Amino acid sequence: MLLTKPGLRSQFRPVFDLDICNGCGQCAEECSFNEIRMETRGDKKIPVANGRSCGACHRCEYTCPLGAIDIVEKKMALREHGLWQRDKIHRIHLQAASGSVALTGMGAETKVPVYWDHLLFNACQVTNPSIDPQRERMETITWLGKKPSSSQELEDPRRLRKSLIKINMPLVFAPMSYGSINLNFQLALARVAKKKGLLWYSGEGGLHRKLYPYSDHVVLQVASGRFGVSPEYLQVGRAYQIKIGQGAKPGIGGHLPGEKVLEGISETRMIPLGSDAISPAPQHDIYSIEDLRLLIYAIKEASGYKPVCVKIAAVHNVAAIASGIVRAGADMLYLDGFRGGSGATPAVVRDNVGIPIELALAAVDQRLRDEKIRHQASIVAAGGIRSSADVMKAIALGADTVAVGTAALLACGCHACQRCSSGKCPWGITTNDEKLAQRLDVDWAEERITNLIEGWHHEMQEIMGLNGIYDIGSFRGNRLILRGVGLNDRELSILGVQHAGE
Amino acid sequence: MCGIAGLISHNMVKENGARIRKGIVLQNDRGNGLGAGYAAYGIYPKFADFYALHVMSEDSAGMFAVEKVLKENFAVHYVEDIPIWEKKITDYPLCRRFFVEPEGDKMEQLKPGISEDDFTIEKVMNINASNSKAFVFSSGKNMGVFKGVGTPADIYDFFRLDEYEGYIWLAHNRFPTNTPGWWGGAHPFNLLGYSIVHNGEISSYGINRRYLDGFGYFCRMQTDSEVIAYLLDLLIRRHGLSIYDAAEVLAPPYWSSVEREENMELQDRLVALKVIYESAMLNGPFAVLAAFDGGLFSITDNTKLRPMTVGLAGDYSFYASEVSALYEMEENLERVFTPRAGQPYAVFLNCADGEKIAGSQDMPYEKRGV
Repeated sequence: MLLTKPGLRSQFRPVFDLDICNGCGQCAEECSFNEIRMETRGDKKIPVANGRSCGACHRCEYTCPLGAIDIVEKKMALREHGLWQRDKIHRIHLQAASGSVALTGMGAETKVPVYWDHLLFNACQVTNPSIDPQRERMETITWLGKKPSSSQELEDPRRLRKSLIKINMPLVFAPMSYGSINLNFQLALARVAKKKGLLWYSGEGGLHRKLYPYSDHVVLQVASGRFGVSPEYLQVGRAYQIKIGQGAKPGIGGHLPGEKVLEGISETRMIPLGSDAISPAPQHDIYSIEDLRLLIYAIKEASGYKPVCVKIAAVHNVAAIASGIVRAGADMLYLDGFRGGSGATPAVVRDNVGIPIELALAAVDQRLRDEKIRHQASIVAAGGIRSSADVMKAIALGADTVAVGTAALLACGCHACQRCSSGKCPWGITTNDEKLAQRLDVDWAEERITNLIEGWHHEMQEIMGLNGIYDIGSFRGNRLILRGVGLNDRELSILGVQHAGE
Repeated sequence: MCGIAGLISHNMVKENGARIRKGIVLQNDRGNGLGAGYAAYGIYPKFADFYALHVMSEDSAGMFAVEKVLKENFAVHYVEDIPIWEKKITDYPLCRRFFVEPEGDKMEQLKPGISEDDFTIEKVMNINASNSKAFVFSSGKNMGVFKGVGTPADIYDFFRLDEYEGYIWLAHNRFPTNTPGWWGGAHPFNLLGYSIVHNGEISSYGINRRYLDGFGYFCRMQTDSEVIAYLLDLLIRRHGLSIYDAAEVLAPPYWSSVEREENMELQDRLVALKVIYESAMLNGPFAVLAAFDGGLFSITDNTKLRPMTVGLAGDYSFYASEVSALYEMEENLERVFTPRAGQPYAVFLNCADGEKIAGSQDMPYEKRGV
């Protein structure tokens, strides 16, 4: 008889410094995965780890009043094997224990190249003075939407201006639904978007009443489940997004388990309490590109001709699909790459379906230019944007803006433990459990996300300045700023960049 | 670092290149002998109605290939080798000029209703994109570009510019930095009536080039300055912008300045221009002097990281990188000033198409020029 089933031992473990520990029990309170329990040994209470459920979220470590906890990696000793790698073995053990689809959160973790890391920026030397953003104006204002191809096509400047969405820097918050994340976190995102002149995307969970004051900065989503879509919903948003696919799970719909469907969520999504919110894999009124056009225009009609964004996962034929979407009337095209995040996705889909955003973005931007329709829609690039450098590389490849989701979570304490789907997020982000959700203080989260955005903004301005560019518009699509390292000719040609040294 | 000089007689009084030569030779230290060039307007009155195509080729086979394409698509009225004086420059390409007129049926074949200008540009772009050894470097009417690898004095003498008479002269002295010094890379860059000389470096070149590609302009001169000539043709001739609006596109006001504009109508228009032509905006340090059939204008970047000065004397306006060069061209200047950063300073010929070509709209953004 095995005492622990293979697969159920965790890879991490809290280690307690019992010389310091006073047995207050805070850690056991904080661990929502019940890794830690308090036991009495002699006259002293001490924390004990059970070794099964630590996911390295580091919550106990940060909340221990005495700093007595370290999380350590506890790699099981396995004979090294090129084919039977550690994660493959663990997954088999886990599935043999559960018999289910292995669910996970976050973006893909496979060893597919991260092209951002193979791209380097240029800098001015001698012939062209770099610009110092501390002393000179450095502008990142970006306008999203359909633009005329020339001034001759321009009918009414006022109308054009009103039809576009102005953001103060090319960064928006990726769609994360109310339900997958809680209201506190959405509220923090919404506040930052409003304060900083950015956009946030609602995701497919509808718009909670509390967020209506922030609706002039929200792109509301219409996904296959149509959760929360009401006549009022179609009026209040700044823009609308039709979700076709998501980078973390191309080809399948969103899943919100009934356990997470609590009162506010039930009301906002307009579904019964406790019922599973399973979005259909396709939009059942979109079986072809003609259908997409109908829905785009239906939403435009209903919303008073607000911009419509279509979100797709980056898949093999993404450039042709993108061209079709733009021709179907989308004002914005949201490309979600292979590494795009998710609150709940089957690991097999997350790690094996789709293509990296860098290649998809480069291919789509070039295709739209070749077809002379690039001005008709803005490109939002998402799926694994980790830093201001990634942002600027995406802009140089041709994105109008990037969207970040995971980075905003990380800013608020997330340690990427990838258990968002459990609903037990110890940091109070991807959970609706009232007690846990309370842990996320909205003001604090707002401050953390603001800090991150401001830090990135400064860095983006530095990168522009050192390239002698004072306006992000001259950075956008300017692939001469980039050089590749360690890439083959095919990769370079798809990315449209030269190799370093050329 | 490069040197620029230009002069224009408003009443179209012609003169040979002697004064412009003085103006650019004075700025000898702004170049390194790896490129110089001139443009002159009004020099071919006998062939004023024909496109004057100046072609350079490394060898006779290249020239022959270009000639074949030209003869297939145009009525060629006159061909001759561009007269040269080879005393100081011994290593040079073949230079020939063709005076041509597009043929109606060839134009219909290419695209029904296409204008002569568009047809000519299309052919010029094709020739330049498909030949590795030969290219057209001047394609306007009653004007010509003369350029090559050498000092301003050497190139002037090589092309015997004493023998031409024009009412607009443009000169450039090159200090190539990013790209090799070669004959095609010397300034001015020309497309139809637009000729530009440029001092600076275009940081936005990567996107300017991709943007132009979408409109059928192919960059092959291996140098950033080329895009400016094509952008002017696109903006002014094809999109119908005035010179002032075109300058607004190339060196737009900062967003913060736009937002301070109190006239909302004007503000909306500036936003629209900036939004539509984001990819045409030039970034990086630049001073550009551009000649067109109706006049001459300068633009500099918003922070004016490259110099441009203007001198006025009677019928004439002079432009140069250095004030001393203005005085070298004209001793008795009535006024000398520097145009504001980011603002164009334009002067027009006193002729029917001077103002017309430039666009007669009011200047949309106040505080222009001086």
